[in-house]
Parts: sequence; structure tokens; C-alpha cells
Amino acid sequence: MVKELLLSLLLVILIPCTQAGEGIPTSDDPVLEKKVMALSENLRCLVCQNQTIADSNAELAVDLRNQVREKIKAGQSEEDILKYMVARYGDFVLFKPQMKSSTWLLWFGPLIMLIGGAWVLIISLRQRRKLQLQAHVLSAEEHERAEILLSDKNKKSVVPENTAQKNIVQKNTKDQS
Amino acid sequence: MKRTFIPLAIFVVLVTFLWIGLTLNPREIPSPLIGKPAPAFKLVQLHETNKVIAPEHLRGKVWLLNVWASWCVTCLQEHPLLVELAQQNIVPIYGLNYKDQREAGIAWLRQHGNPYILSAHDLDGRVGIDYGVYGVPETFVIDKAGIIRHKVIGAITPEIVEDKLLPLIKELNNG
Repeated sequence: MVKELLLSLLLVILIPCTQAGEGIPTSDDPVLEKKVMALSENLRCLVCQNQTIADSNAELAVDLRNQVREKIKAGQSEEDILKYMVARYGDFVLFKPQMKSSTWLLWFGPLIMLIGGAWVLIISLRQRRKLQLQAHVLSAEEHERAEILLSDKNKKSVVPENTAQKNIVQKNTKDQS
Repeated sequence: MKRTFIPLAIFVVLVTFLWIGLTLNPREIPSPLIGKPAPAFKLVQLHETNKVIAPEHLRGKVWLLNVWASWCVTCLQEHPLLVELAQQNIVPIYGLNYKDQREAGIAWLRQHGNPYILSAHDLDGRVGIDYGVYGVPETFVIDKAGIIRHKVIGAITPEIVEDKLLPLIKELNNG
């Protein structure tokens, strides 16, 4: 049931991409055709937006491929043809976005995020190590103070019950050993 | 305290971005032609094959170029609105009959009403490509100097006409 539903949903999604009425006209020249396809791989079909015009059989894609073919035949460079497409359909038509100020975030965003993540990781690891070191090593002074404090407690037992109890426990363990 | 807020802040930013993303229409691609001169063309008229139509003939007035076709389902949806707009005589509407058979186009207009002063017949869709057409219907607002000022992708709605097209046309006519 679910499978069938998914399948029919998929078919519905594919409808706009299958509306090519006629066969795809290709030229007889395989070298030219290779060039056309290579260039078409870089151009987005605006009807089914995640396909290139090389993949798509939407009517617009066929038309645009024909434009590419004609322009290559007319001796235009790849750059000229891409410019022609961008002038009409905007940067969105390019599958590989151009490098310019408005796309810097797109290009470098992931790298910046990676560096930021690594930085946070390093900082937090360092901090943790620092805390661990601090917890383990006491300076000579601190040792002395700790000893005094401990011996003070043993002698006076100012804090009654709790310390007294501890002393008893300590005594007991000493006795056992 | 500060530490716990950082992930929360990142989360809020992320949710905001995703939320904005949900409200965007991926089919609406900003046209690079806005603010640029309407591409020139010279096409035969749909009804009178011995006459041509070219945008430069329309210099000096604000006009709408509506791309339509008889095979286009969404065109039918916006069509009554165009007919109504044409009757109000606010702005001249010209049609670009896109990749359509002449007879089919003429029959369609006869059946549903003809809001266009003239329609150009773009049989091979070449002019459509020059205008960056990828989803019919599309409507361009072109000013007195022949500059494209606005583009509506998909069917126009009463809201688009009221909120965007009419104020813009008024502004362009005054300017």
C-alpha cells in the first residue's frame, strides 16, 4: 500500500519532466554533440530544477539544448554561451555558481563552519585538560595548607559529629590494617 | 550560563533560516532582466500574419507583456482577470503566444475572450528564451522607456493586480 502510494507520488512529481512531445533532435556530428552535452551538464533546467538541461526532457530543456548546439556551431565560446544563458535566466541557471561577492558565503560558508567547529573543539579540549591538570596537581604551598587543615581537624575536632565519625572510621581502618 | 545560550542561539538562527526557506517559492527565480531594456524582437502577429509586432513600437507607454499559450492550463486560470483588466482600460496588454499553433491560439482566444491589443506569435519559443520564460504564464511590466520593471511568474491573482501591478503602473505612468 505504502509502496504504491510512494510510487504514484513519484510519478506525479515526474510529470513536468516528461512533457517532451517529440524525440530529442541531435546532430550527426558526435564531436559537436559531445560538446553540447558537456556544456548542457552545467546548465540547470528551470522546469525541473534539480536536473541539468542535458538530463531533462522538458520542452524548455530541449529548446535550450538546441540553442547551445546552434551557438557552438556558430563558433561561440563556452563562456559566451554561459553568459547568454545567465543574461536570460540569471545565475540560477548555472549548476556551479560563479565566484563573486554575493556567492562567497555559499562557497566558503562550509569551510568557515568547519574551521569554527574545529576551533570550538580545540578550545574546549584545552580547557578540559587544564581543568584536569589543575584538579590533580597541587602546589607545595597547597600541600602544606592541606596538611595543616587535616591535622587541625584531627587534633581539635571542632566540627563535632561528622569529623568525629570520620575519625572513628579512620581509626577503625587503621586498626584493621 | 553563557555556555548554555550558545547552542540555543545557533538553534534559533537555524530555525529562522529554515522558516524563511519554507515561505519562499522555489519556482520564482529572480529575473536578471528586471531594470534592463525589454529584449527586441520582431514577430508576426497571431491574427494578421502579414503584420509584425515589435516592442519598440510601444515606446512611450507603459504596457504589459503576457506570455500565454492555448496548451497552458494555468493561463486559463488567470485569463478572466486579464480580460477584466483589459476592460478597465488601465494598461494596454500585449500577448506573446508562446510555442503554440496559430489556429489553436486563435480558437482559444475566441472561446475565452481576448484581452490583448495584439498577440505576437512565437512559434519556436525563441523570443520566450530571450525573455527568460520558463513557466507560462509570465507577465512583464514594461515602462515608457522600454525597460522591464517587474515580472510575474505564474498566474496573476487579484492580490498581485491590486497590490503590485496597479500601483506600479500608476507610478510608471506618472513618472
